[in-house]
Amino acid sequence: MNNTPGELLRIKNLVLHFKTTFGVVQAVDGVDFELHTNRAVVILGESGCGKTSLSKALLRLLPRNVEKYSGEVFLQGTDVMMLDDEEYRQNVRWVGMSLVPQAAMNALNPVLKVGDQVSEPVMIHLGLSKAESLHLVHKMFQHVGVPLDFVERYPFELSGGMRQRVALAMALVTSPSLIVLDEPTSALDLLTQANIMNVLKRIKHELGTSFILITHDIATSSELADEVAIMYAGQIVETGHAKDFFPAPLHPYSQMLMASVPRLRSESDPMFITGQPPSLMNPPKGCRFAARCPFRFEKCSEEPPMFEKGNRKVKCWLHA
Amino acid sequence: MTLKTEEPREILLSIRDLHVWYELRRFGFGRVGSVKAVDGVSFELAEGETVAVVGESGCGKSSLMKTILGLNIPTSGDVVFDGKNLSQLNNKDMRSYRFEVGYVQQDPYSALPPFMNIEQILEEPLIISGVKNKAERLDRIRKVMGEVKLHPPEDFLTKFPHMLSGGQQQRIVIARAMILEPKLIVADEPVSMLDASVRVEILKLLHALQEKYNLTVIYITHDLSTVKYFSARIFVMYAGNLIEKGETRRLLENPLHPYTMALLAATSDPDARNADSFKEVPPGEPPSLVNPPKGCRFHPRCSHSMPGLCDEKFPPDFEPEPEHFVACWLYQPK
Repeated sequence: MNNTPGELLRIKNLVLHFKTTFGVVQAVDGVDFELHTNRAVVILGESGCGKTSLSKALLRLLPRNVEKYSGEVFLQGTDVMMLDDEEYRQNVRWVGMSLVPQAAMNALNPVLKVGDQVSEPVMIHLGLSKAESLHLVHKMFQHVGVPLDFVERYPFELSGGMRQRVALAMALVTSPSLIVLDEPTSALDLLTQANIMNVLKRIKHELGTSFILITHDIATSSELADEVAIMYAGQIVETGHAKDFFPAPLHPYSQMLMASVPRLRSESDPMFITGQPPSLMNPPKGCRFAARCPFRFEKCSEEPPMFEKGNRKVKCWLHA
Repeated sequence: MTLKTEEPREILLSIRDLHVWYELRRFGFGRVGSVKAVDGVSFELAEGETVAVVGESGCGKSSLMKTILGLNIPTSGDVVFDGKNLSQLNNKDMRSYRFEVGYVQQDPYSALPPFMNIEQILEEPLIISGVKNKAERLDRIRKVMGEVKLHPPEDFLTKFPHMLSGGQQQRIVIARAMILEPKLIVADEPVSMLDASVRVEILKLLHALQEKYNLTVIYITHDLSTVKYFSARIFVMYAGNLIEKGETRRLLENPLHPYTMALLAATSDPDARNADSFKEVPPGEPPSLVNPPKGCRFHPRCSHSMPGLCDEKFPPDFEPEPEHFVACWLYQPK
């Protein structure tokens, strides 16, 4: 067991493969990273790189066609991969970590009042009475900035931003130490996005929660990030502190991804990455980015390990 | 009210005091009010001009665009395209008008029919517009596919939309909008559904086509960071009105309307320092378009609101600097 002080989550060689009629999709293929208490890690990548599958693998919300699901996930020192499904449901999901799924504002039950929905996990997991859990719900609504009389409303009576806040309150209400957010702002308007990011920052300061933020929106992700992990074709190719990463990414993919972001406050001409990410059914041998990489050389036909550079890690032979 | 262009170019599109209201009925009859989606919008576009309409969802961008495309009938006001007033066109002329405007949809996957292959998708507008010769149709399809950089066309013609990546699908949507050689293209958030790495590619492609064919393009977006790579002018829309109009660089460097300032402040650039501070966001949400606030529609959220003025009288367009118009009482000449 690993129990470094302050360490909240340690993932080692997490693998999630799906079986399809065309072959095995290697959606998550050997992901490692660590997260400390009250930190936020941002997992950035293009669509189809396995970001959402990673969130499903962490929360063990698996479809039926799983081919391989293995690795170690230490949450506060316990390897939760060793638990059976019932133990996992009772001790990890909601209590240890919870998920705000993609398009969470559309994931609310349309025929339940939002107060009842948000109090449900409290009643089930913390065993509190209806009145006690509503009290907790009120407290959480204050944290995320939802007016208290909204508990009596149905989801369709709320705006998109308010529904997103309710989904966030629901993930927070059982006070888990870790929240996984899958694209929390992608369907929201600009000002609403800024509001939600403010709420997340405030929660991080006030409640000491840690976050895994999964997104493709690099600019918005920098609002919350302490650490950055770049994902490409099912693997993490670079990790590091946000303060080191944003000014100078190391991996060629990260560099090109950063260069593709249009910026409001700079005159730089954005670039784009030619070609497409490889199919996860038959990922290329060696470095998976090699086919699109302008710096490739002979060595790239072998798979690079994670090279450590100070407190940064990068999966690229250029940094050997 | 209208914008002058620097060199006297031919005016292609002119919108005059346009109102698009949708009636609300209770139980299918009996009017109970109307949604004032577009409420008094006027502007002119010269041939070859590019403009971005920026605003949040529900501000009336899509209603404005649909009215320009001739899909909505305006409640009052005029859309004049190339000297023809849309409301006076008969069905036949309306059809030929539709051949002169192209539409690039937001979500390429739902904009392409899943049961048609690329050749059929691109051929259909040609058949409808009366190109009888199959060889000529194929010729034009090949040409337009070259324009959107799908090489070689043969690789794509027999494919169905789901076999293409998001970027390729959006190229097909652009090709379909371009194939009848329109004068005006309306692009409704053409890159918001795409990955960051291909967004810029598609915007640059649209820009290159715009320059090559001297197209007039209306680019509808909520993302201010992409605007400067594409359009010469920006119109900011809030609750059915255009509240600020100006040349792109000037507007981005010196926003005048408090709402425009809030939009710019909320747009992040990737920078680790963002995590250290909170963003300033105006309180509240955009108003209901059924009963918009009296006076300036932004006044309930505005920190500069002047009681007795902003909540009473709707601000006209002021011009505090040349070619930069703003509907805000703060800029009333003394």
